[in-house]
Parts: sequence; C-alpha cells; structure tokens
Amino acid sequence: MTATATKRQAPAEPPRKHDAALLGRSPQDTPAGWINYILMSLIILVGVWPVYWAGIMSTWKEDKVYTTGFPQVTPGPYFEFNWKVLTGQFSPPPPTYASYDSVNFFRSFVNSIIVVAVVVTATLFFCSIAGFAFAKLRFKGRDPLFYFVVLTLTIPAQLGIVGAYQIMDRLGWIDTLFAVTVPALVSAFGVFYMRQFIEDAIPDELIESARVDGASTLRVFTSIVLPALRPALGVLGLITAVGVWNEYIWALVAVGSSPWQTIGPALHNLRAGSTPKQSIILTGSFVASLPLVLLLFVAGRQIVRGIMEGAVKA
Amino acid sequence: MSAKSAGAPPAPIAGTDEDLEHARARKPQKSSLWSRFDHSVVPFILISPFFILFVAFGIFPIVYSGLISFQSYRNEYPVSRDGTSINVFTERWVGLENFERTLTSWDFWQALINTFGLFILSAVPQLLLALIIASLLNRRLRMQSVFRVGILVPYITPIVASSIVFVTFFDNAGQANWILGLLGVESSMGLNSTSTMDGIDWRNQRWSAWLAIIIMINWKWTGYNALLYLAAMQSIPKDVYEAAALDGAGAWRQLWSITVPMIRPMVIFTVVLATIGSLQLFAEPVQFDENPASGQGGGNRHLWRTVAQLIWFTGWSQTNFGFAGAMSWVLFVVVVLVAAFNGWLTNKIGGRK
Repeated sequence: MTATATKRQAPAEPPRKHDAALLGRSPQDTPAGWINYILMSLIILVGVWPVYWAGIMSTWKEDKVYTTGFPQVTPGPYFEFNWKVLTGQFSPPPPTYASYDSVNFFRSFVNSIIVVAVVVTATLFFCSIAGFAFAKLRFKGRDPLFYFVVLTLTIPAQLGIVGAYQIMDRLGWIDTLFAVTVPALVSAFGVFYMRQFIEDAIPDELIESARVDGASTLRVFTSIVLPALRPALGVLGLITAVGVWNEYIWALVAVGSSPWQTIGPALHNLRAGSTPKQSIILTGSFVASLPLVLLLFVAGRQIVRGIMEGAVKA
Repeated sequence: MSAKSAGAPPAPIAGTDEDLEHARARKPQKSSLWSRFDHSVVPFILISPFFILFVAFGIFPIVYSGLISFQSYRNEYPVSRDGTSINVFTERWVGLENFERTLTSWDFWQALINTFGLFILSAVPQLLLALIIASLLNRRLRMQSVFRVGILVPYITPIVASSIVFVTFFDNAGQANWILGLLGVESSMGLNSTSTMDGIDWRNQRWSAWLAIIIMINWKWTGYNALLYLAAMQSIPKDVYEAAALDGAGAWRQLWSITVPMIRPMVIFTVVLATIGSLQLFAEPVQFDENPASGQGGGNRHLWRTVAQLIWFTGWSQTNFGFAGAMSWVLFVVVVLVAAFNGWLTNKIGGRK
C-alpha cells in the first residue's frame, strides 16, 4: 500500500524535464525526448522502405529497378501493365518479356485467401474449446496434457517436413489445398494463448454459479466464455492469418508445382526463369504484401496487443 | 440446448433437463448419468479435435521422418541384366547408414557452420538493437500506437516478398552498392577485369553474403523482438526505479542495471525463439541465390547454404528422403542442445548482476 502511495505522488512533483529519471519516475512515465522521436522515425523508415519501394517499382518498368543514382520514390504509370504480365494476361508475352515472367498469380492469391479463411476459422474454433477445457474444467490428465502442448511449442516445424510430405503423398493430398490447410487447422500456440486468456478473463466464481444453476459445460462455454472471448479471437485470428499467408517451405514442397500453389511458392516460381524481370517480381512481392499491410493499418493495435500480451503470459 | 445435445449421445439426456435441475438441487454432483458424462467426458470431447489433428499432422510426421531416416527411401538406379540402368524408388531398412552419411558429409557440416554462423551473427545484434528500440519506446510517447504498429511492418511482410526486395538491394547495381559508392567503396569486376564497380559483389565471398542475409533477418525480426521486450519492460513495478533514482542512477545505467535484469525471463525467451527460428533459416538464403529454383543452394560454392536448404535440396531435388530425414533429426538434436545451452548461458550472464 505504501508503495502505491509513493507511486501516486511521484508525478505530482514539479516536473524537471532533463532530470526526469532523478525524480524517481519509471521510464514509461518519463516523456520521450526529441531524440526518441527521431530515432524511432528512422527505424520505422528502414522498416517500411523495402515495402514502399516494391510498391513504387510495381508502377515502373525494369529500367528503374537498378538505377545508379537516388532510388525512384514516386509512382509511375505501369502498374496495370506489370499486373497483366504477372497474371499472364498477355499471350504471347510482350517483347523482352518471357513466359516465365508470368505465374497464375491471381489464382495463387485466391488459393491463399481460401487457405487463410479455412485455417483461421478452424483454429479459432478448435483452440478456443480446447483452451476453455484446459483453463476451467477439471479432468484426468489435464496438467500433463497441457505441459505437452507447451513443450511442443518449441519443436521447429521443419523437423517433420520429410515425414509430412510422405504422409500427404500417401493420402494423395500433394498438389491439393488439403496439404497446406489440414496440418494448419490447429496450433499449439493457439491453445496456449486461449487457455491463458480464458483463465484470466473469466472468474471461476462465475462458472461455479452457472454450474449451480444447472448449466452444462457446453452451456457455460456458449453463454459465459464465448462472449468474453472476442478480443482474444481477434488477436489469434490475425496472428494465425499472418503465419498462414507467409507460409513458404512447406507450401513450396506441398503445392509449389501445381495450380494450387499459394502466394509463397508463386513468388518463388517467378524467380525461376533465366533472366526474369525484376519489375514483375517486385510487383508480385508488393501485391502479396498488400493484404497484410492493410490488415496492419486496420487492426495494428490488436496485433500489437496480441503479441505483447501473449509474450508476458508466456 | 441444441449445443448441449450436439456434444452428447442423445439417449441418456432426452428430456432430462428439468429432472437434472431438481437432482442438482438435492445432490450437486454425480446425480445423473448426464451430469457424470458432462463432467468426465465432455472435457475430452472439447480437447479431442485439437489433439487428433495435432497428433496426426504435427507429431506423427516427426516420428515418421524418424522412421524414414532409417531407410533407404529414395530413387536408386540399379543396372539390369541387359546393362540398362533403371530408376526405382526404394524403401528398405538400412539402419544408421543415413546418420553415418550425415555426420561424415562435408556438405552437411558446411551447412551447419553456415547456419550457426548466421544465427550467432544475426541474433546478437538483433536482440541488442531490439533492447534499445524497446527502451526508446518505453517512454511516454505521443502517437505511441503509430510507432508500435510501424515497427511491425517487417514482421507482417511475407518473408519471400521481403527477401526478393532485399535481393535487388544487394544486386551489383542495387541500392546497397549505390550507398557504398557514395562512401567511395569500389571493387574490381571479376578476377581478370581491370574495370571497377561501385560497392562489392555481395555473393562473391562468404562474409558479404552472410552480411546481406543477416541484414535481411534482422530487418524482419528486430521490431517483433522489441515489442516483446517492451511488453516485459512495462510489467516492471515502477517503484524499482524510484529506489534506483535515489541512488542517482541515470537513464542508461537504469537500462542495464534494472531493466535488463528485470526482463531476464523475456530475454531468455527471445534467445530461445531466435535459436529455434534461425536454425531453421530457409527463405532468406534461398532467395539470395540468383536463381533459387535451380542449383544446389548458397551459390556455386554453397557459401550461404543452410541445413534447411540442404534438406530441401536432398529431399526434393535428389529424391533422397531417408538422407533428408536423418539430416533434419540431427539438426533437431543440435537445436535442442543449442537452445538449452543458450537459455542456460543467458540465465547465467543475467544472474551475475
């Protein structure tokens, strides 16, 4: 209590800008100096530049990609042209362009959207019911099973790639969307995240009293847990979507040489030609980044919160 | 109510809702079959979809690649009686042969060295920089969310897309060499050439190839790690700083003497994450090749070929899955050892304070 009292008093003292630390303020109560703003802006510029520049390059032709002077920073008129080459709408391809400058980019874009939609829906559903069970229900083997989930978080996904490919081959799922969708339907991280969230967000007393009133387990889930779960569903959905959209090595081996390829392998295949056009490849890269960049614009705060909360609870 | 019957066999509960309530009022537990079912079976129904899918597609593939690694699981080219070579896919048990080949393969060791070198040289500056960015953000900032969201742009950019952009930056005529040219760095074009170019041929020697890949990795992950550190920093109790301020510790001193020791669990967590992540390094080195779809990876001399690339090449270009499986298991053992060692080391270094 005394500690809280001192803490409350501290900001009330007359603020001296330069010796903020000496006032006994924690860093997060100290106003940022101009140097913080300048450094942070530079860092963000470095972070955004490659994506921005790819966007600019998607509106120019090859000659602007490798310039010996200051890089191009303003958009040009060729986006439609680049997009048409990329999606193979010219046949034959225009002079100096080759057939390998095209992939069925639009289709792979749609494939990725389908995979993301299915995977996000399934992950949210399966992980929230499992997270609920681990957080609020008592059953035999609950703790060992949950430790098992936590332990598997540290196993690199690539370890099973050889086995996974052979299993998919036996099932006949190679070069179909099943291969990239089904293994991603659940995630250990999702169960872990949901369990932590439910444990903190819903008081045990609430569930107990519902139980006394005769509510079944499923009733508790649908009427008490689910309504409180919305923020966590948003965060987990976004993080899952980012992971699925950016899938590369597994998508490459599982669907990389078929019409069912997703965005990652599609970009990879664009670079397969002998002298591929950089402007087309960069157009593809930019368009592939666009959905998630827009998502970050719209739901950036939730993504940030999800990463930060998930981390502290871990 | 429909939700309830969905998870339960219909017979025992049909029309028992009211009975159940009366029963519960008298004896809260074990009063009916349905209640027993609800308490002991429903939890398992809730976790079973996760475990079924997870075991089938998460755990079983790992075990299965272990089984494959003890087999000659590949295309073989036996010569038939009339002298023609035929192509047969074989699956036969060969014991530890693949592991022996892995451990005696120069390609594997070279890839392991590349992976490790890239890991250590990227993780150390990445985590230090993340720490500094986090402490820059750990202030009362205007437009706080703009900065926090802004540093996540690299994290959400598809890894193939960002690698492709960086590959054009590190081209001979790319932006990296433009900047180096402004700084007056020049190098000769090829061994016997007298003409020079601005900057350096990034793919031509190990250190520059590594540097390029390290920049790609750190561009992507520094902001994400900074957010993790920021989260940990914000949960440090504020009065700790008051005590330090009484002792006259300045901002920089506070960072190293209070903040860093207090967020030690998070530092360990990020070190383990970085270990697991960079030992699977794949996208950046693959894309750094001039043509990622042909060749054996890592340029002509495999200067930057990682283990993950070698597994990919061995499995899917050479169709030798047994060998690839053995490599991935050896890599896994190495990852576990290194992650454990790093966790221990970080703990020890932090614990001295």
